[in-house]
Amino acid sequence: MSTLEIRSLRKKYGSLEILKGIDISLEKGGFLVLVGPSGCGKSTLLNSIAGLESITSGEIRIGGQVVNDLHPSKRDIAMVFQSYALYPNMSVGENMAFGMEMRRVPKPERDKAVAAVAKTLQLEHLLDRRPSQLSGGQRQRVAMGRALVRQPQVFLFDEPLSNLDAKLRVDMRVEIKRLHQQTGTTIVYVTHDQIEAMTLATKIAVLKDGELQQVGSPYEIYNSPNNLFVADFMGSPAMNLLEGKVTRSNGGRQIVLERHDHASIVLPVPASADEAKLSDGAKVIFGIRPEAVNDKESVDRNAKAVATFDATVEIVEPAGSDTYVVTRAAGKELTARMRAETPVVVGQNHTFAFNLDKAVLFDPQTSRRI
Amino acid sequence: MTAAADVLTAVPSREPARHSVTTRVVIYGLLIVFAIIYLLPLVVMVMTSLKPLQEVTGGNMFWLPQDLTFEPWTKAWGTACVGLTCEGLKGYVWNSVKMVIPAVLISSLLGALNGYVLTKWRFPGHKLVFGMMLFACFIPFQSVLIPMATILGKLGGIGQTLTEATGSSFGFGNPTVNLVLVHVVYGLGFTTLFFRNYYETFPTELIKAAQIDGAGFFQIFRRILLPNSTPIFIVTVIYQFTNIWNDFLFGSTFAAGDSAPMTVALYNIVNTSTGVIEYNVNMAAAIIAAAPTLVVYILAGRYFVRGLMAGAVKG
Repeated sequence: MSTLEIRSLRKKYGSLEILKGIDISLEKGGFLVLVGPSGCGKSTLLNSIAGLESITSGEIRIGGQVVNDLHPSKRDIAMVFQSYALYPNMSVGENMAFGMEMRRVPKPERDKAVAAVAKTLQLEHLLDRRPSQLSGGQRQRVAMGRALVRQPQVFLFDEPLSNLDAKLRVDMRVEIKRLHQQTGTTIVYVTHDQIEAMTLATKIAVLKDGELQQVGSPYEIYNSPNNLFVADFMGSPAMNLLEGKVTRSNGGRQIVLERHDHASIVLPVPASADEAKLSDGAKVIFGIRPEAVNDKESVDRNAKAVATFDATVEIVEPAGSDTYVVTRAAGKELTARMRAETPVVVGQNHTFAFNLDKAVLFDPQTSRRI
Repeated sequence: MTAAADVLTAVPSREPARHSVTTRVVIYGLLIVFAIIYLLPLVVMVMTSLKPLQEVTGGNMFWLPQDLTFEPWTKAWGTACVGLTCEGLKGYVWNSVKMVIPAVLISSLLGALNGYVLTKWRFPGHKLVFGMMLFACFIPFQSVLIPMATILGKLGGIGQTLTEATGSSFGFGNPTVNLVLVHVVYGLGFTTLFFRNYYETFPTELIKAAQIDGAGFFQIFRRILLPNSTPIFIVTVIYQFTNIWNDFLFGSTFAAGDSAPMTVALYNIVNTSTGVIEYNVNMAAAIIAAAPTLVVYILAGRYFVRGLMAGAVKG
């Protein structure tokens, strides 16, 4: 049975619909990341689960119990806020114990629980300090500790890392992941950072304009995006999306990417696409991740279908571990992620290779994957 | 607390002074001149209150006391005539204290509660309610005198009935209680304004966190909001204390005779029409009357500026 189950959840502010029928379930110990651009409704969804916002219709179950009309404190959840929301007038220990104090847990028990969590999070030496005396990372850990100490069924994280600087953010990301693996807690996590989503989640839900675009494992979301939005949103640098055309030659169908200065690139239909859905002459969007565009020599050896083509190198961006090479195809920029030592020169022709196993096709009309 | 501190640190530090000596002399000269102009009345008051009467009436008022005496002070405090009784200000100061402390505390706490509801528990029409409360700040005192008198009269009637029935009026109709009520009602507009603007910038996530932690409406107020309201609380207390302590109109209208607040008594001392006018006693009485507000401001004035700035910049 799922720990968290959401069925056809809708939320309206007057006539404005913020959430348009959300269906998600999360098994015990799962890590669900809600990801999407600003204003997509991900925070509203989280607040609805928490009970901080009422819902218009639908059902939310936590541990099998319908919690629609339950007060936040009775839902068996804990939340970590973006601003940490530590009570400034209380010490770290008091902050962590406040929830139990409100639930009339006796003091010795509270102290024991706080001590145990403080040990896990290495907060023991900070218990008597005020939040204002802590660094950003320490505050973050205290906020997590306050949530952990109650041992709720579901943890809710509302963009917890967005107030930290880049390096600390990576450290805390690892720490959250480790915490999840150690304690096996069930977590719902909101972020607009797709790297956080990919690295942390066991399950990702991509939202846009209050609608679920896709729910799946990070691998599914990354490699088989349902539509153009998911393809474009997840991954950095973004997936290359090139306009192409379906043609027929000697019995099979092909995808043609037209170019001005070079010959058109002619590709077989990628294995991921359902060929039956293609019609001759139709326009398609050919999507391929930068890491599936490479040298002829360093393209994945296990790839079943590879297509090569020549193109002029426009920009070379060495990023240390990789080199991003920007060229042009079908009137758009095409980014390739190559080995750091790849000998490419700006302005010269270079032979690129598509790993077509990783390529996907989209219908430009519906923007859905074919 | 942190909000006020943030505002202070956000104020850009002044440019290092590059003024010439003459500019500096002019600036400080002007400052000193104005300081003298502002301080002179106080100096004259203090000096006059320390002189015997014949020295006041006969000599130059800017001269230092030739024959230093504290007799005017003891007289103002203990034996000056207020109306027909000659027991000085002390009883009336006590009247004022009994009125001002409950009035300040009740109006501040209610203002905090209002601010809390108007920012963190918003209901449809909260803007209208706040607008109407603001209206209370702009109504002239005089215009509420008659309706207020009617209400206090009714309360007095209840007190009389209660006294006949039970032997105690439970405070109904008591002049001090009446004044507390009047000042609380009249002060609510201001205290609500102060606290609403302060709580507007108070992070709502803290309230949400407390809700999830299981704290109720009043628990959040008492445990989370109030402990973090020190600066604005001090601002409100200073403001209310000064207003209520210095009030003359309500005091003279609703509390006569023995229960009059100190301001009314001071007026009666100064306005006494029999015998010579004892300027030295009058001055001493006036300083006694003004002292509490001065003390409050000196003790908490630092917070006053901070708190007002927090409201001004962020509210």
